Amino acid sequence: MSDLATIPTSKSEDWRYAPANALAQIWPIAVEEIHVAAGGSDALTLVQDGGDRSGGGEPIARQILLVLEDHAEFDLTILNLGGTYSRIAVEARLGKASRLFIGGVQLAGANDKLEIATEVTHAEPDATSRQIIRSVAGGTASATYLGKVRVERGADGSDGAQSVRAMLLSPTATANARPELEIYADDVKCAHGCAVGELDAMGLFYLASRGIAPRQAKALMLQAFIAEALKGAADADNLHAQAQDRLSRLLEGEL
Amino acid sequence: MLQIHNLSATVADKPILKGLSLTINAGEIHAIMGPNGAGKSTLGYTLGGRPGYEVTGGEVSFNGQDLLALAPHERAAAGLFLGFQYPVEIPGVSFVQFLREALNSQRRSRDEAPLSGGEFLKLAREKAALLKLDMEMLKRPVNVGFSGGEKKRAEMVQMGILDPKLAILDETDSGLDIDALRICGEGINSIMRKPDKAVLLITHYQRLLDYVRPDFVHVLAGGRIVRSGGPELAVQLEHHGYEDVA
Ligand SMILES: Nc1ncnc2c1ncn2[C@@H]1O[C@H](COP(=O)(O)OP(=O)(O)O)[C@@H](O)[C@H]1O
Ligand SMILES: [Mg+2]
Repeated sequence: MSDLATIPTSKSEDWRYAPANALAQIWPIAVEEIHVAAGGSDALTLVQDGGDRSGGGEPIARQILLVLEDHAEFDLTILNLGGTYSRIAVEARLGKASRLFIGGVQLAGANDKLEIATEVTHAEPDATSRQIIRSVAGGTASATYLGKVRVERGADGSDGAQSVRAMLLSPTATANARPELEIYADDVKCAHGCAVGELDAMGLFYLASRGIAPRQAKALMLQAFIAEALKGAADADNLHAQAQDRLSRLLEGEL
Repeated sequence: MLQIHNLSATVADKPILKGLSLTINAGEIHAIMGPNGAGKSTLGYTLGGRPGYEVTGGEVSFNGQDLLALAPHERAAAGLFLGFQYPVEIPGVSFVQFLREALNSQRRSRDEAPLSGGEFLKLAREKAALLKLDMEMLKRPVNVGFSGGEKKRAEMVQMGILDPKLAILDETDSGLDIDALRICGEGINSIMRKPDKAVLLITHYQRLLDYVRPDFVHVLAGGRIVRSGGPELAVQLEHHGYEDVA
């Protein structure tokens, strides 16, 4: 990832969606390092909430460096709940036959600018990485995913997948999704899919025709939409509850 | 129970219903038949309040309320049920979760106490058994991966659970084999044939009417009811088609 010593400009690909004034406020960003020893397994849940829905909140950014040694496993779940600028960046380096799962959910309302940035490097053969990112944006908010999977020379048998979906609740909301692959090895299985959509109108009418009010119907469909990204978390029930709470407040602003 | 007076509606600016009138009283079962594209589904959707189905004239009164002034979920709470010709798939939301929220939303709006999880499951199990639908299927996402016939039986299970006053059933018989047809027909009778309830069956064919005997049969063509009669009208239509009567 980019050099963290100097404040990047918006010309930098990794920071192109960051508001200019936010960068000066959050810089420098401390790198939090996580190391999983050979054969070990670990998990982490990050819930980040930039608070202050009126738009005056402080920007936040976290930078995680994740090193998985051979045969190590890691499950990372991210719940990005709001903020003027709330970024979670993960740089991961995967050893031989290691396994990484990243599930990310972003729920952006009002004028939130939320961002998940990942750079996953398959440095050795036979590692697997899975990223499932689900973003919801309403109001004039934006939700961004910048994700790079890099397969280094010799890292044959790598398997990397990114599934990126965003749901827009208003015509003024924005979703940016940029999944990228950089492959320098042979015999590699990598796939990415990305889709931005709106809630299915026919589905909403079907729910309404059974007596479910519009806000509740949307919450139900959005809860289902984000579920896949939270399924790796040990505390999924708690995360669902937090997400539901945030979603219902977000939808209140939409109707 | 339902009085439709001179109802006109457009879909995508195209006039589909053109002054349709129909009265349904409690205890009655009505069938609407008509050629493809006549506007049968449009009638159901317009009464259900589907966005994009714009009422351009007329009135609809449902148990004394102005139906057209209500939002779709309020129409459901008022006792209207729409059985879909093409039931909608909702990935990731289970039938059990969806129906419990639906029933309890309706109950809350009528100032009735919500059902507990246990009470709801008991009710759901009972209605699933009535329609011979495996209860396990109701734990799956709404209509996802269901066959045509299973979807229609699931619609009837929903009707049983929600216990509406008026059911508008849009081609519930299409896509059903002969056994499923009988099961659905008996389900409709057992759930809806009551003095304080009514049914509007929308169908192409006579065959469902062999199980659910209508009191009145109407022919819908060109956006209006062009003919009404008793059950014998359905038989006549089956033999002679719509050309002669419409
Ligand atoms: N969503 C729609 N957009 C445009 N035209 C529609 C739409 N739905 C129905 N129609 C038109 O309305 C007419 C009546 O359709 P429908 O009510 O589905 O008929 P039926 O159920 O009697 O077969 C048809 O001409 C059909 O093409
Ligand atoms: Mg139809």
